[in-house]
Amino acid sequence: MIRIQPGPIDVAALLAAVGSDADGAVASFVGIVRNENAGHRVLFLEYEAYAGMAEREMEAIATEARDRFGVSRVAVVHRVGRLEVGEASVAIAVAAPHRAAALEACRFVIDTLKRTVPIWKREHVEGGAVWIEGGGR
Amino acid sequence: MTLRVLYFASLKDRTGASEETIDIRDGADVAALWAALQERHPRLRDVTVRPLAACDMAYAPWERTLDGVREVAFLPPASGG
Repeated sequence: MIRIQPGPIDVAALLAAVGSDADGAVASFVGIVRNENAGHRVLFLEYEAYAGMAEREMEAIATEARDRFGVSRVAVVHRVGRLEVGEASVAIAVAAPHRAAALEACRFVIDTLKRTVPIWKREHVEGGAVWIEGGGR
Repeated sequence: MTLRVLYFASLKDRTGASEETIDIRDGADVAALWAALQERHPRLRDVTVRPLAACDMAYAPWERTLDGVREVAFLPPASGG
């Protein structure tokens, strides 16, 4: 399951989608909208994606994760549109026979996604909004 | 040749449009396209961080010639996650 979607992410469904009887580990990462950034209050975020390319890049990252870490399945879902504080913006699930590969691959997927997948966030604060570009934090 | 050009995030704010169609000479590369777009959209001239370019949804170097390409996107540094 690799996709960009406007609606809420069902993390439980994502975890269930990657698991199998041969896999003893499912590692996950969920990115959540925070109420502050660099000392100022964040009201909400707006995400924009080059959706077609973003899904292609996420597929490429999932393939690389399987090749490099020998994991069984990788799922990545990223939201677009307006997200409130506390909502999940991205969720990743990785299934593998053992935990080490699942955890390492999960970290690789989120770190790479932040650098290479064409998605941007716009931070809405008191009195305005600003595009956040780069950083990959 | 005729190309579809896409803009995202702050670049879209600068051009006032998320996409447009542009005619450019055969053999032009990404850098030549960007220069032509800066002529058309003055607010692109003071973009300080050179954006990444994608040709038909794959990252491309600025020396890439655009022959055969249908869609070029200019992408500010990503901030997803």
